[in-house]
Amino acid sequence: MRRKQVLQGNIIVAKAALAAKCNFFAGYPITPSSEIAQFMSRELPRMGYDFIQMEDEIASLGACIGASLSGRKVLTATSGPGFSLMQEHIGMAVMAEIPLVIVNVMRGGPSTGLPTKPSQADIMQVRWGTHGDHPIIALYPAFADEIYSETIRAYNLSEKFWNPVVLLLDEVLAKAHEDIELPRKNDIHIYKEKIHRIKDLNIYDREIGENPPRVDFFKGYPIHIDGLEHDKHGWPTSDPETVNKMQTLRMQKIYHYLDEIVKFKEYYMEDAEIMIFSFGVSARSSLAAIKMAREQGIKVGLFQALTIWPFPKIPLKERFKRIKKVLTVELNMGQTKYEIERVSSDDVEKKALLRANGIPFTPKEVLDKIREF
Amino acid sequence: MRSYEKYIRYRTFPTPWCPGCGNGVILKAIAICFSELDIKPKDIVVVSGIGCSGRIPTFFNTNTLHTTHGRALSFATGIKLARPDKFIVVISGDGDALAIGGNHLIHAARRNIGIKMILVNNGIYGMTGGQVSPLTPQKFITETTPYGNIEPKFNVAELLEGARASFIARETINRPKQLKEVIKKSFKHNGFSVVEVISNCHINLGRKNKMRDPISITKWISSRTVTKSQYESLSPEQRNHIYPVGVLFEDKNRLEYSDLYYKHIVPAAQASIPQRRKQNGK
Repeated sequence: MRRKQVLQGNIIVAKAALAAKCNFFAGYPITPSSEIAQFMSRELPRMGYDFIQMEDEIASLGACIGASLSGRKVLTATSGPGFSLMQEHIGMAVMAEIPLVIVNVMRGGPSTGLPTKPSQADIMQVRWGTHGDHPIIALYPAFADEIYSETIRAYNLSEKFWNPVVLLLDEVLAKAHEDIELPRKNDIHIYKEKIHRIKDLNIYDREIGENPPRVDFFKGYPIHIDGLEHDKHGWPTSDPETVNKMQTLRMQKIYHYLDEIVKFKEYYMEDAEIMIFSFGVSARSSLAAIKMAREQGIKVGLFQALTIWPFPKIPLKERFKRIKKVLTVELNMGQTKYEIERVSSDDVEKKALLRANGIPFTPKEVLDKIREF
Repeated sequence: MRSYEKYIRYRTFPTPWCPGCGNGVILKAIAICFSELDIKPKDIVVVSGIGCSGRIPTFFNTNTLHTTHGRALSFATGIKLARPDKFIVVISGDGDALAIGGNHLIHAARRNIGIKMILVNNGIYGMTGGQVSPLTPQKFITETTPYGNIEPKFNVAELLEGARASFIARETINRPKQLKEVIKKSFKHNGFSVVEVISNCHINLGRKNKMRDPISITKWISSRTVTKSQYESLSPEQRNHIYPVGVLFEDKNRLEYSDLYYKHIVPAAQASIPQRRKQNGK
């Protein structure tokens, strides 16, 4: 029997990252994510690895990309304002197909906003923050054990799909101390891909739907990595056919593997007539509310998204065939509400519980909203 | 085949530069330095940002990384930390390094991280069509200063000295042999080094300022630069708008960042591991 520990959400992220063999951290202090950097600054040098505090978030992600290209598993942690600065290099990482894990402990926005209060308002920024069409994976844990497992999954997905993965975390979950039983080393699955020895420059040479091989510097043939649109050699091009192929390759590497990426949890859904769609701390309020509602005989269930991007469109469409009432609960002015509208037909009655004042919902508030159906 | 040619990636030619551009001189000087110092191409990473000079790395048959505007030094910092044994060169233009990337430049200098930086100073934003840069001389006409530039320019060497850089040099493309020697010296330096290379842009800077051919603009560069000993004999009034070339500052004793990290931080951190944890083998 493993001993239970009481750990802060931020520390759980850092511990999970180390368990996933993270060996490089570059970051910039920002409330409410700073504990991750602090923990890493203490632990990484103990293992002989690197921690660096950069001059800003742009440079932090730049250093992470450089280290990732040099064969390291990297982490950076930030909050909304820092995440805004990082958008430039998220685009670079998507374009050059570089694995990265970014933790965004969300706080109230826009701008400096509410530095010490929770919010779930970066959902759309995660999806569309950087310019241009791009694939992105964003994971959203709600419970302590999920924070651990989703951090490890973030590494596995980033390594497998050669893409940045964002781990979204609520301020309250990042700061709260909760009990957690950390899994044993042998129980953790870490994705490990054989690094291809490169014989030529054609590092991006693959067919649509094929997993990209992980390529980095110092593995034999000197390669070229570019933020410009490039051909299979990585060499800049604006040839329409090549550009079209590369755009499709980048999008399809994610959308071909939705089954593997999209993960969610369901509670009380077998006989549910009302479905709550939620995530993070709001999902926890909702779950408590559902238990109260069940006692009153209201048949309500919870669909908790663990993967927020790509959006769990297919499983939700499946649910909407049977369930005709949906309540979206989120700590923002309505961001996934619109996604729910996109995936559900007109005969589904839609309601949303929205708020962005820095105070999480109480179960009672969710219950009152459920009773409005 | 000449010995430096193995460092040139011929398949990526032709270059996007205008005829008469100084970037070719810099490209060759760096390649010769690689060859003379006999560094293996696979052990080199040449990193750049955006701009005409940002396209130089793509012509090196080494590992090359073409990044975002101004941020090349941050990528290079990550590479150097991850692989301190490798040879990292950053090529950056004046707009790239001093405007959008100014913050990264001063912090890289302050950290003394072992990156070799070549700062190509042509005094203009060439690739975007000739807008004013932080190194455009005052009164010059550019696309965005049609009535003359009123902003004073940075003195790169003094800026870097204030930022605690441990190797600062300046050369011009008019003196390719000396340029090669200075770059070679900077490549042998252990910490952060910057070589400011004064280059020409007769197309975008010269055309609007009565220097529309490479000869007149390189002559202008020559008239503004003197050797270090000549500079010292000038009176303060004469020194106005005259720049010394050669190695201007060198501190060989300062430890490089990753050296310091692995010699100081890692042992200190390892000594701090609680005894109990060591026994558990964690």
